[in-house]
Amino acid sequence: MTSEAKRSWKSHLILIPFSLLMIYPVIWWIGASFKSTAELSLPSLFPEQWMWQNYTDGWAFSSQYTFTTFFANTLMMEFWNVLGGVLTAALVGYGFGRLNFRFRNFWFAVLMATLMLPAQVTVVPQYILYNKLGFVDSYIPLILPHFFGGGAFFIFLVVQFIRGIPRELDEAAQIDGASVYGIFFRIIMPLIKPALYTVGIFTFLWSWDDFFSQLLYLSSVEKFTVGLGLRMFIDQFEVQWGQLLAMSLLSVLPSAIIFFVAQKHFVEGIATTGIKG
Amino acid sequence: MFGKKIGAKRKYEHNVAGYVFISPWLLGFLLLTLWPIIQSFYLSFTQYSLLDSPTWVGTGNYEAIFQKDRLFVKSLVVTFTFVLFAVPIKLFFSLMVAMLLNRDLKGMSLYRTLIYFPSLIGGSIAVAALWRNMFGLDGYINHILSWFSIEGIGWVSNPKTALSTLILLSAWQFGSTMVIFLAGLKQIPRDLYESASVDGAGLFRKFYNITIPMLSPVIFFNLVLGIINAFQMFTSAFVITAGGPANSTYMYVLFLYEKAFKQFQMGYASALGWILLLIIGVLTLINFVASKYWVHYESDGGK
Repeated sequence: MTSEAKRSWKSHLILIPFSLLMIYPVIWWIGASFKSTAELSLPSLFPEQWMWQNYTDGWAFSSQYTFTTFFANTLMMEFWNVLGGVLTAALVGYGFGRLNFRFRNFWFAVLMATLMLPAQVTVVPQYILYNKLGFVDSYIPLILPHFFGGGAFFIFLVVQFIRGIPRELDEAAQIDGASVYGIFFRIIMPLIKPALYTVGIFTFLWSWDDFFSQLLYLSSVEKFTVGLGLRMFIDQFEVQWGQLLAMSLLSVLPSAIIFFVAQKHFVEGIATTGIKG
Repeated sequence: MFGKKIGAKRKYEHNVAGYVFISPWLLGFLLLTLWPIIQSFYLSFTQYSLLDSPTWVGTGNYEAIFQKDRLFVKSLVVTFTFVLFAVPIKLFFSLMVAMLLNRDLKGMSLYRTLIYFPSLIGGSIAVAALWRNMFGLDGYINHILSWFSIEGIGWVSNPKTALSTLILLSAWQFGSTMVIFLAGLKQIPRDLYESASVDGAGLFRKFYNITIPMLSPVIFFNLVLGIINAFQMFTSAFVITAGGPANSTYMYVLFLYEKAFKQFQMGYASALGWILLLIIGVLTLINFVASKYWVHYESDGGK
């Protein structure tokens, strides 16, 4: 055995048990979601008797609304969030990344400072504002912020990406008579697609998990998201753990699918922002 | 003459276009960040329940918080304990794992997927439910322990261990930190390690003298954001333990949430928000000042 092969063999020896350890709770979770209450506390990974009704009963746990409503609500909200986030992050990112305008550096510093601002400082007045406008118990407080540039993190990501695109491309188009708007739509937009995928993916994932805002702004059950549906489940007098774990598993399924389909964009996206921060 | 005119025009155009392009963010910043911050500062000196208009109480809220509110002190202690343990543990583990994953190996992408996956779903309410079940008295963890004839306890319902359970959950989600470290490690030139090997440096020396200094800007980035995020931990404390038992997991943000949206003391909650902002601001500032002594940037000529 060469020393190189020996080294990689050693790495596998560490990596295999470690990655199994990390993923183990997830595997246990899949098994547990099919277990009866009696079997749940047993350490076996998979049940002896597969309780498919955990899924069917869990789906319709509340007599009034099923998870069909909750999933439909969440996906509707996600559609607007992703659309708003991708569109406006591209616009704002281009503005900061390419155009020279007065006070640009000042505004960019402000943008970066908001990255460190805890949301809890603004949450009370924001709630008061939405309350006055009659938007509490609607999706507007959840969707609207995504149409304002989608957040500092995503704008920064797009800016970093645009800075990596050679300026010659813009200049050539400018000589051909294109305006800044034309350059944005015809040159920059197609080139920043990878960054926009990342923005879209993370907007989806983070809005899905943004339990705090959902809890704050949605109060009628018919408008509940999946997360709030789960919360209602947990708050029941006697929690049906098998059903709850089954529904929880379904609730992370969209994120999991996106992760596996778009793996490439994930690592790239985090890497571009992270390394240059 | 002609050229100058075009130049002037172009500059003007960019001034307008620049603001057109950043207008979504600028509008959002003024409306949903700046204005609320100003208002929250004003409200923190008032008593306000959403129903009546705010009444001015001066520094009354702050005095009450600092002098009388035991829950404030408790939540601060809990939150600082959480930050103090969760952040370094997460940083350390993610750096170790990133180094483990930073090599060309068959099947590496599968390992990365398996290790990253928990982080993807870790912050969600679903995982909070999973955690609550696994660490319960009859939960899965205690069954494993019973194989080694260790008698388990209700990890989540015991005031002594509840916070540690939440810290463990946060450590399980080290994926994004790890990916950022991984990207940083890939930037370190390999020949640095090779020439160190020639000089006879061992693994530990290479880690201490090359990896740490070369990676220090990335460590710094992860540290600053890690602290800021840890202070805002909410979902798992809310769902798994609801702040209990005996307030042992009563995180600061949970306290703020209950003051504002359960008891509708908007003024009091605003004051709490400002105190949080100050704490995070001071810690971030300390971080930036301290960074001069340990963070090495390439452009400064390294060490």
